[in-house]
Amino acid sequence: MIEIKDLHKSYKMGSNSLHVLKGINFSCEAGELVAIMGSSGSGKSTLLNILGMLDEADSGEYTLDGVPIKDLSETKAANYRNKFLGFVFQSFNLINYKSAMENVALPLYYQRVPRKERQEKSLKYLERVGLREWATHLPSELSGGQKQRVAIARAMAAEPKVLLADEPTGALDSTTSYEVMDLIQKINDEGNTILVVTHEPDIAEMCKRVIHLKDGVIVEDKKVEQVRASQYVK
Amino acid sequence: MRQLFDGNTWQEIFQSISKNKLRTFLTMIGVFVGIYIYIGLSGAAQGLDNGFERQFESVAQNTLFAWGQYTSKPYAGYKTGRQIQLKLGDVDVLYNRIPQLETVAPRNVRGVFGSDPALVTRGLKSGNYAVYGDYPVFIKIATKKIYDGGRFINDADIEEARKVCVIGERTQRELFDEDEDPIGGYIKVDDIYFQVVGVHKFTPGGGFESDSDIFIPFTTFKKLYNTGEDVSWFTMAAYDDADVIQVETDVKSVLRSIHDVDPEDERAFGSFNLGEIFGKIMGFSKGMTFLSLIVGVATILAGVIGIGNILLISVKERTKELGVRRALGATPAEVRNQIIIESLFLTLLSGIIGIIVGALTLKGIDAFTQGGDFPYTNPTVPVPYVIGSLLLMVILGVLIGLIPAQRAVSIKPIDALREE
Repeated sequence: MIEIKDLHKSYKMGSNSLHVLKGINFSCEAGELVAIMGSSGSGKSTLLNILGMLDEADSGEYTLDGVPIKDLSETKAANYRNKFLGFVFQSFNLINYKSAMENVALPLYYQRVPRKERQEKSLKYLERVGLREWATHLPSELSGGQKQRVAIARAMAAEPKVLLADEPTGALDSTTSYEVMDLIQKINDEGNTILVVTHEPDIAEMCKRVIHLKDGVIVEDKKVEQVRASQYVK
Repeated sequence: MRQLFDGNTWQEIFQSISKNKLRTFLTMIGVFVGIYIYIGLSGAAQGLDNGFERQFESVAQNTLFAWGQYTSKPYAGYKTGRQIQLKLGDVDVLYNRIPQLETVAPRNVRGVFGSDPALVTRGLKSGNYAVYGDYPVFIKIATKKIYDGGRFINDADIEEARKVCVIGERTQRELFDEDEDPIGGYIKVDDIYFQVVGVHKFTPGGGFESDSDIFIPFTTFKKLYNTGEDVSWFTMAAYDDADVIQVETDVKSVLRSIHDVDPEDERAFGSFNLGEIFGKIMGFSKGMTFLSLIVGVATILAGVIGIGNILLISVKERTKELGVRRALGATPAEVRNQIIIESLFLTLLSGIIGIIVGALTLKGIDAFTQGGDFPYTNPTVPVPYVIGSLLLMVILGVLIGLIPAQRAVSIKPIDALREE
């Protein structure tokens, strides 16, 4: 599903440049649930941004579902993001004047899905995250966990090939974190490919594979015994 | 373009402008006031224009007047300070020497320029009114609307010096009963009976005429007041293609030669022509129109810039939202177009409200000034001006929208989404 070869990325900081990614090689199959771990400054967010086409690598190859991702114009990147990727952010990033349903429907709007179908689909995905009865509520009326579940529903609504989650539990307490991870695991069970950036070991253990980044290189890449989050959820 | 006619786009726009209603409202006030001022001012200018036009419609615009004054230079043995008296005989000389003159109407009057008005009585009713001695040609210059069943003075009246008169509306009201037909009735002007042959409708045309003027044949006037060949002044009309100012100069120089006045003597004859005055007034109202155009366009511009300004702030506030939209697959063009359409929509909506309120105001003013002496008629803004202003707003709205739109596009989604 994802193929990365010798990925380099550096940022210019005034006169000196900061080499963030120093040759990343990584591949992942469809249906995997991968945790990307590392301390801050290890380059994990940069990697996720490049995977999410929000940023571009200086050198190296990136293939997503057989499509080489390079020389992207803004418009092309937007279309790829819309078609291939779903994003879940640490701070949810819901649009605060839109109801839960409208938020979920937003990527479909950019896919030019007709209004009626958008509503049906977004209700379906809200149902799946267990928030159907909250469809007409604004984000300000939802709890943190609920917001993140709406954000996951939004990411899934476009039926992406890969779901990218950047610290999805970073702003949540442990109980709600497990709820969210439970949801992510369930989505993964249905065969969706998911990449989770996290620095919490217990969250990483709930994935199937853990990658450790340190100073811009992968220092460890191992399959783990998945801890099911459902056991913590009442 | 697709975006412009897409219901979804509009839904997005309504959502984003209605989330901050107060700000949207305040933003719109700028353009609203601009277009309102523009419509109000140019309507008022048009109203003045129409008003002046109406005031002058009863008088031919190529009309000029000349009268005798006192000489300021000794000439041909005469001392300075001699009073010049125009004579009936001058008419033929003027016609002969100045071919551009279409009509020359000699006139005499009692009741204006310091002379006492005539005492007019009918039975127990009486009043003091100005009396004019006129030739039939006078109505070629100053159209007098005569009410049904009446007529103005004709050639036979002049020839026979008939004691007939044309009275004004007010004279009729004051001397006759309401249901009485004044035509054929008799009134006494300075103790002489006159038969009423017509009632003229008063049209305000500036000057000293009023709705109570009485017109009698020039020849009758001459006998009544013993004025002989004297003429108070000439009311003249030049042909349409003539240069009225040149004709005015010519008339005065001819009169100077007839009356033995120094050709250099500027004070011996007084004159003025309506063409010049009319031109000045029309120029004034054209200036008003132009001024309103400038002021209107400037205020619209200021208003639109206000909208651009607010949108710029709004884009900054929505940086995160725009980043999310980009991450979810909004293309730069879609983001840009959304901002531009927002700008355009706000501009046009407030503009249209401004036009409607402006039109209602003009209608109100029109109703208020209806029938008054105030030269103000039918204040309207020509449709091309309205369309032009709408077009201007569309163009400005799009251009101004480009600035925040470009700002919105230049924000990279990765920067917008960066956690603080």
